[in-house]
Amino acid sequence: MLYQEADLNVLGQLADEVRRRLHPKPIVTYVIDRNINYTNICISGCKFCAYYCAPGDLSGYILSRQELAEKLEETKSLGGTQILLQGGLHPDLPLSFYEEMLSFIKANFAIHCHAFSPPEIVHFSKISGLSVKEVLVRLIKAGLDSIPGGGAEILTDRVRKQISPRKATTDEWLNVMETAHGLGLKTTATMMYGHVERLEERIEHLLRLRDLQDRTGGFTAFIAWPFQPKNTALDVRPSTGQEYLRLLSISRIVLDNFPNLQASWVTQGPKVAQIALFFGANDFGSTMIEENVVAAAGVSHRLSEAEIRKIVTGAGFEPRQRLMDYTLVGESGAEGKGRRSEVRSQRAEVGGQKSEGKKK
Amino acid sequence: MEKVFKEAGLFEIYEKVLSDTRLSAEDGELLFSTTHLPALGYLANIVRERLNGNRAYYIYNQHINYSNICINLCKFCAFGKEKTHPKAYEMSIEEIVSKIRERHAEPVTEVHIVGGLHPDLPYQYYIDMLRAVKAERPEIHIQAFTCVEIAHLAAISGRSITETLEDFMQVGLGSIPGGGAEVFSTRIREKLCPKKLSGKDWLEVAKTAHRAGLRTNATMLYGHIETISERIEHLLALREAQDETGGFLCYIPLAFHPKNTKLEYLSSTGGVDDLKSIAVSRLLLDNFPHIKAYWVMLGPKVAQIALSFGADDLDGTVLEEKITHMAGADTSQAMTRSEIEHLIRQAGREPVERDTLYEPV
Repeated sequence: MLYQEADLNVLGQLADEVRRRLHPKPIVTYVIDRNINYTNICISGCKFCAYYCAPGDLSGYILSRQELAEKLEETKSLGGTQILLQGGLHPDLPLSFYEEMLSFIKANFAIHCHAFSPPEIVHFSKISGLSVKEVLVRLIKAGLDSIPGGGAEILTDRVRKQISPRKATTDEWLNVMETAHGLGLKTTATMMYGHVERLEERIEHLLRLRDLQDRTGGFTAFIAWPFQPKNTALDVRPSTGQEYLRLLSISRIVLDNFPNLQASWVTQGPKVAQIALFFGANDFGSTMIEENVVAAAGVSHRLSEAEIRKIVTGAGFEPRQRLMDYTLVGESGAEGKGRRSEVRSQRAEVGGQKSEGKKK
Repeated sequence: MEKVFKEAGLFEIYEKVLSDTRLSAEDGELLFSTTHLPALGYLANIVRERLNGNRAYYIYNQHINYSNICINLCKFCAFGKEKTHPKAYEMSIEEIVSKIRERHAEPVTEVHIVGGLHPDLPYQYYIDMLRAVKAERPEIHIQAFTCVEIAHLAAISGRSITETLEDFMQVGLGSIPGGGAEVFSTRIREKLCPKKLSGKDWLEVAKTAHRAGLRTNATMLYGHIETISERIEHLLALREAQDETGGFLCYIPLAFHPKNTKLEYLSSTGGVDDLKSIAVSRLLLDNFPHIKAYWVMLGPKVAQIALSFGADDLDGTVLEEKITHMAGADTSQAMTRSEIEHLIRQAGREPVERDTLYEPV
């Protein structure tokens, strides 16, 4: 109702009030990290994806250890604190491949591994015959630090059947997150909108996330971006700037127990991402030293850390580098801890009574 | 929303806006400095809807930049070239006519013709140009020659501004675009465009045109070295001129694009500044019927958002817009009618194709 009828600025104002309540200090955070896609070979064949290639396709690749090490070295040299490690659902690689990849990274680099979205975890569970929990336990032992929120698309099975029938179902996606949170992992959540979904399905998506967050408190952030139609099997018009701001605002209003909302400069460009800071977003996401998936769909915005800082400053906020768990980089240990507990207490406050007693 | 305006210190302005009371320079300063962006948009939207309802205009137009050779060479410009520069060009009348002819099958209602201040093309060239365009496509509206070009044409012909305007009206000049205003402040003009027509003279040409029966537009090039008070001074000078003549149709804030200019060390404008520039102008320029979010400059996403921040016009399905693209605008060269209407509808507005004078087509 609000979504369809409200004036853009009224919606923005409500979202801005929530943002100010959760983040009273005028700080906008960002993380320095790199997307590493270990393979583009994927059996999922989602209609919205311009990145994957089917098994047997000549342009398929699996990153070698050497390539991986080079990417990690470059990330470290640019001040990177984490990598976002994701890939296609490869038909033949065993679970041990992923464990060894994590162990290799952890043995050689002090870096946070934000890795394997829920559809990948579900896939690993299927190929290994192990439960999701067992897979997660093994990956955590090998070095997994947190899980990215990708592959959520729209969390209703009607939509998933249409656009990604071979990918994890809604319940499977949520179950991976709930299990991960139960094992002490933090995760993010995403939404890809603007394809075949209805407005009420976007809301349903948000409510499913909010319910799970009430139970676990394990989500650190929510990130929404529109479907990018170029080079994909879906023929729809690209989503507009106003639609993005409306969706972002609604998300900020509905997801009252999510501490952070990211602005998607990769899909919206720097100008709209800056505007988004007044429509609910408090985080500028990642510097994305490397990004392949959105670029394959014809959108290629690039920003350096310096540019991100300039955009944030230009909007009247103080830019601060953060880690995956949203602690700020560059504060002394004590201050860092103070900040952490501040975030935690805000979250408890936001979650309200519903989340009482749910803390581990 | 009242609570927000109180919190944001904008409540007095809110009351003025509701009662249609003129805002002051201090109000303008406060609006530019606010950190409550949706609240600012809300205020501008009140005025926008009062003047233009739910309509969002666009025009099917064609741009012709007849020459980039220019004696002014302003520091913010990536388009102007010296005559000896390898990329300098000037179009012959035949070339211009063939550009018009190329698009005969399309429902173009306006041709927008501007160029550099050429050192030696004769007065007759410009007269012949308009005459030839009219002969090729008699029904088309010619919006041509900024106030800066008009002053230049008067200077090379030795005729007065009024006589010059009358000469061109006789051969088909329909209205005058808003370019060349930059920032009126003499401090800015001395630094960035010392050879250009002064702000005072720019306004004088515009008012002379209004008195001769021509409608004109106005612009401001923002986002380089100007201060907020210089922006506001500029807007208030326009408002005062409009009080005198009522001849301005539309105000267009133009975001500075630094690439390939002598000010390349500056950053591009942020989206927030773009929206503030639209919104504050809508609020201060209470006597301007229209505010344009020129999508070629802002990109389609920001221009569409601007429709909720005071703008009621996206300009057109522009083809061959060379000036901004030389300065690195990464928007595509043209939007189709269905693309522009989609943008407008997705913003909850009603698309209206207009002619130059804002009559629905």
